[in-house]
Amino acid sequence: MSAKSILLHLAVVAALFALQFVASDYMVLVLTRIMVLAIYAMGYNILFGYAGLLSLGHAMFFATGLYAAALGVTRLGLGIPEAFLLAVVIGVIVSLVIGLIVLRTSGVAFMIVTLMFSQAAFLTVLYFGDYTRGDEGIVIPDTLRQFSVAGLSMDLTSPVLRYNLALGFLAFAIAVSLLVVRSKTGHVLVAIRENENRTAMLGYDVARYKLRAFVLSGAFAAFSGAAYALMFAYAGSTLASIQYSIHPLLWTLLGGAATVLGPILGTAIMFVLVDVASGFTTATLLAVGVVLILLVLFFPKGILGTLRQRYIRWLP
Amino acid sequence: MTALLETRALSRSFGGLKAVSGVDFTLQKGEVRAVIGPNGAGKTTFVSLISGRIAPSSGTILFEGEDVTALPAHARVKRGIAYTFQITSIYSNLTVEENVALASHRPGKPGSRVFLERVGLADRAGQVAGTLSYGHQRLLEVAMGLALRPKLLILDEPTQGLSDGEIEGFIRLVRDVAQEATVMLIEHNMPVVMELASRITVLDRGSILAEGSPAEIRANHAVQDAYLGSG
Repeated sequence: MSAKSILLHLAVVAALFALQFVASDYMVLVLTRIMVLAIYAMGYNILFGYAGLLSLGHAMFFATGLYAAALGVTRLGLGIPEAFLLAVVIGVIVSLVIGLIVLRTSGVAFMIVTLMFSQAAFLTVLYFGDYTRGDEGIVIPDTLRQFSVAGLSMDLTSPVLRYNLALGFLAFAIAVSLLVVRSKTGHVLVAIRENENRTAMLGYDVARYKLRAFVLSGAFAAFSGAAYALMFAYAGSTLASIQYSIHPLLWTLLGGAATVLGPILGTAIMFVLVDVASGFTTATLLAVGVVLILLVLFFPKGILGTLRQRYIRWLP
Repeated sequence: MTALLETRALSRSFGGLKAVSGVDFTLQKGEVRAVIGPNGAGKTTFVSLISGRIAPSSGTILFEGEDVTALPAHARVKRGIAYTFQITSIYSNLTVEENVALASHRPGKPGSRVFLERVGLADRAGQVAGTLSYGHQRLLEVAMGLALRPKLLILDEPTQGLSDGEIEGFIRLVRDVAQEATVMLIEHNMPVVMELASRITVLDRGSILAEGSPAEIRANHAVQDAYLGSG
């Protein structure tokens, strides 16, 4: 890996660290959400950007992490770290099982099947309303949001702790993404995206590589979902809806598919856009739509994707 | 001695059409075998069965004496059966070097120059593969085949669409490759076949019509009627 790209990613993390000292309380909260959700988009990008598989159902993995963590804390009486780990493990298992089924399809069928599974997951959340509290959602009481790690006691109601925890998670996700992208697996995934038949005929077990990408992206989604539930003390069924399957796709496309930093940039821009637009109109989606159309016209490969194509070719 | 490749009663039908039916075929190590036959004779289906791209309806395929009939394509590639596509199938958005690096199972790492030098594309290593001329893309296909270090290299109509000059270079290349790998060649261009092949198998309507040295095939009446034109 080139020193330049390592420096760039370190600089991004450092800049985000510095930002908390100048940003307003409100911005700190927004940035925390952006960083947590960007992890979701980064995982989605591994499957969509690199392996070329367009899933319309990743909300099910996000929701798996979300509910496993929230229920773990409120129903099973687990501590915050234990609930978090449990949620990620369950996320891996669920994405492995679903992956084995949905990867039997490809192309449009893959989109539809992932969408169907995700809708089934969404309806399951509503069906078990006694546990999940449906639309209303689970609220984790403040008393359960304290924990200690290695003798340090922490309180997730503190915005500063949340911000830096989210940043730590994001840095971890960036590191994992970089490693995956630069590994043999990353190269083979791109090869599958570019020409699946050829890749099989070069002796690669295409099905296994696809499953690897699927589980990895599912794990990122569950990781992000669990972090979201625990940090913001909330798990509601909206977060399991189709909207949350489309979000990571949009964020990835906006920032640049198949770039490591693209999904982060895309998530941030979309949040800022909605925020700014809601300042002067109630039709925020209209404003977002116009921006997306402009994006397709001038940055067909997303912001970082197009920049890479034109100027900075070394960008991972 | 065990043959490198053997098929027993190999068949494949598509609906009612028997594309390949009951083919018993033996290939010895070190041969350059040409498979010829009129259009629709089942040549591509036959090599696709061998490479594992399609599954046979019945019959057995033995490679180095072991039954590989049930193995998926990628596992057969690992055993040493490499297939180059009839219709050029490269990674057109990746560079020439990355194409070969993927084939040698060392993506993202250097070391693929050797194969590019053998086909004469070393000076184009950094070029995006899709921008190569057609002839060069065919050579890249072969370089990728070589990078797999195959025991058996299957070339499906490799000279199709090449100029006369390119074909000459290609013949030299195949001779060079044949020093270390067994080559199976599907080819329409008879001068190329006669020059390269040590043995020729003629397929017609899914079955083997004749097999022998180039001279024997040239003299064979049945082949002349079916394919070469009896005049």
